[in-house]
Amino acid sequence: MSNPSVTSQVADTNAGTASKPAKPSKVGGAVTWADDRLGLATAAKKNLRKIFPDHWTFMLGEIALWSFVICLITGVFLTLWFKPSMAEITYMGSYDQLRGLAMSEAYGSTLDISFDIRGGLLMRQMHHWAAMLFIASMFVHMIRVFATGAFRKPREVNWLIGGLLLLLGILEGFAGYSLPDDLLSGTGLRIADGLVKATPVLGTYMSFFMFGGEFPNNEIVPRLYAAHILLLPGLILALIAAHMLLLVHHKHTQWPGPGRTEENVVGYPLLPVYMAKAGGFFFIVFGITALMGGIMTINPVWKYGPYNPSQVTAGSQPDWYMGAAEGVLRIFPGWESYLFGHTISWNVFVPGMVILPGMLVVFLAWPFLEQWVTGDKREHHLLQRPRNAPTRTGFLVAMMTLFGLFWIAGANDVIAVLFQLNLNHITYFMRAAVFVAPVLAFIITRRWCISLQRHDEEKVLHGYETGIITRSPEGGYAERHAPLSTERAYTLTARENDKVLEAPNGSDVPAKGTRSTKIRAKLSKAMFGVSVPKPTREEYLEAQEHLHHELEAGHEDSHSPGH
Amino acid sequence: MRLLNRFAGRLSRNRRGSVAGLLVMVLGLLITGTTYAALTPAQAELRSHTDTELIQEGRELFLVGCAFCHGQNGEGVLTADGERALGPALAGVGAGAVDFYLSTGRMPLQAPGQQSPRKAPAYTPSEIDALSAYIATLGPGPGVPAHGDYSTDGLTDDEKQEAILRGGQFFLTNCTACHNFDGSGGAMPWGKKAPTLKGVEPRHVYAAMLVGPGEMPVFSNDVLRPEDKRDIIAYLESIHDGPKYGGVFALGGLGPVSEGLFAWLVGIGACVGFAIWIAAHTTRSSKKKGSEA
Repeated sequence: MSNPSVTSQVADTNAGTASKPAKPSKVGGAVTWADDRLGLATAAKKNLRKIFPDHWTFMLGEIALWSFVICLITGVFLTLWFKPSMAEITYMGSYDQLRGLAMSEAYGSTLDISFDIRGGLLMRQMHHWAAMLFIASMFVHMIRVFATGAFRKPREVNWLIGGLLLLLGILEGFAGYSLPDDLLSGTGLRIADGLVKATPVLGTYMSFFMFGGEFPNNEIVPRLYAAHILLLPGLILALIAAHMLLLVHHKHTQWPGPGRTEENVVGYPLLPVYMAKAGGFFFIVFGITALMGGIMTINPVWKYGPYNPSQVTAGSQPDWYMGAAEGVLRIFPGWESYLFGHTISWNVFVPGMVILPGMLVVFLAWPFLEQWVTGDKREHHLLQRPRNAPTRTGFLVAMMTLFGLFWIAGANDVIAVLFQLNLNHITYFMRAAVFVAPVLAFIITRRWCISLQRHDEEKVLHGYETGIITRSPEGGYAERHAPLSTERAYTLTARENDKVLEAPNGSDVPAKGTRSTKIRAKLSKAMFGVSVPKPTREEYLEAQEHLHHELEAGHEDSHSPGH
Repeated sequence: MRLLNRFAGRLSRNRRGSVAGLLVMVLGLLITGTTYAALTPAQAELRSHTDTELIQEGRELFLVGCAFCHGQNGEGVLTADGERALGPALAGVGAGAVDFYLSTGRMPLQAPGQQSPRKAPAYTPSEIDALSAYIATLGPGPGVPAHGDYSTDGLTDDEKQEAILRGGQFFLTNCTACHNFDGSGGAMPWGKKAPTLKGVEPRHVYAAMLVGPGEMPVFSNDVLRPEDKRDIIAYLESIHDGPKYGGVFALGGLGPVSEGLFAWLVGIGACVGFAIWIAAHTTRSSKKKGSEA
């Protein structure tokens, strides 16, 4: 309750009148009434003052949250008119080019939403753009968390929840893409059907179970609808709640700096600062989505026409988040095996069910792998700069490169047309590039990180470059270096040196678990052996003395920065 | 004879009279008209004569501009190894093909071996007529489509609506697999492509269906009736000239690829930009700067 309303009369002497409690304000009264019954004040008092650190990368997950909220809002609007039915109707709406055509109710009602419901097309387009942003921002958020080591203990479970959210988000997006029963929807479902059927032994049964018979049948749209508006959003909402409760429970990670430790959080309170920032950000994301929905065409279903298995269109691609899956499918060699009269389609099974799910699994398993290799069971609340984990950053960039190449391969026909390239050459190039480019990306990124570490070390020891060039009496030129501020030097050195595990040696009889220890030691050397150790206290003091001496001397002799 | 001379003399005396010029003109017109009418049966013969001239002109143009690849008599020329045609034989391609290739600038080719792109035509319309006329003599083939073939001008509104609906279905069944749902074009194997249909004259769309240039199959009148072809053109015109329902930016009409690109560049780009902006503006714990609100 705010201060002035606590007392109406303040007692300033021992004599005279006593202070009296003020009549509570109307808001205060209502809040008291609610608190008496709900008992939320204690929790709210603590959590409204919750401290969050300030950095733009901490707002990437927020884009995902807000775009999901926009999906919910616009989605509710769309459910009011969308009819998830495969019953055949004759379209009699406003869109001239299709009036009089027989189509499913699902497609017809999508056209109605687009052309005959006021604001319907805007809502459809906002819904679609927000869905694209939802998954894109989850990717960006995930990259940030991975690159800064924010997944380390105690946040491994939240990392897994995040990964699950990404997977569910993609499934949710695909279900939504398939609902309008337009030509692209049907083509996408046909690929999904092929993917399911490529599962050895069970494929056909699973496909018939999914579609309620042979593709396309009439069941899939109502089923996807239930998943799209009830099951998946419910799961996503529950997981978002868990994700955010854990975030509050763990407290937010922060960048290292003066006054920031593993035990505290330096930043601003939720109320009022982050309420305003986050709340404002919702309106910004909403505004961006509304603008995109208003002026940028997305999924013009009226041009695709109703799904007809005999039709197909150039430019049949999934939404971007399935683009990588499409890409692997496009560049994978046409391998098939025939076993006991059955065909095993490696060309569909491996791209769809092995490569990309495998990538996600490796990412989700990474925190546990890293923990096993380092043996580090401590909690980490201070973030790592990507350069300070060269192997991890290199791996991330390699995987991003691989994903990007798959992505490009999924758009090979559009790229061929737009850039006047040969479709086949793109495919051949990609087949080699997916093996070569990630390795190159890994090596380059790791080396780059190590040089950046060296650069940091040099700045700490030899100061920053002032840009002042001095000429010595002998005629030599040198740039004067000045020491970093204490805060900056602290921030740069507020990291731990990577420890490399030693492999056990000696004994002829291998002890139990020696093999795994050896693997651990090898991995440890490979992952952490390359890091540049930060300067020791002695090195730092000595360098500082040297630096001050030089500055006081007012000139520099043949000192060079690479010294 | 004397009488005639006297008559000529009298006529001659009036030759500078005020009505003389008019009379001569009327007389001239009369004679010309009568002769023309009298010789009507000979009209075909006369046209045929012009046709012969046209064909001759076409042949001369052909020998200068086309014969190197297509052969002196349009019989085609093989490459040095004899395995591929440098230029195909032209017997039976018809005036329609010549008109299509030349007036879209696809012929003459810049270099053999590539798909001929659309460019500014190298020949004037009358030269194209001449060349078409010449090639048409090499063998029967599709003619140049007439305006009535591809225009829906004569139809009632209801018939037009019906035509667009049918045309859309024909388009989606036969054309979109290569040319894309919006007619934006698509890729074909080995660097070939199905070109965009945006901004292509209806005459050329119609001719392309008849001729089947490059990789495109021939949609003869047995496959797609002339009115089906007309309907496809009506549908294309309706989606290209109609309102942009989804907003001013159609993102190239290329499908989800460009949508994804814009989601990242515009959507995520703007959101991250604003995130940086919000994070850069932290709270002020004191009002040292006074006037700054």
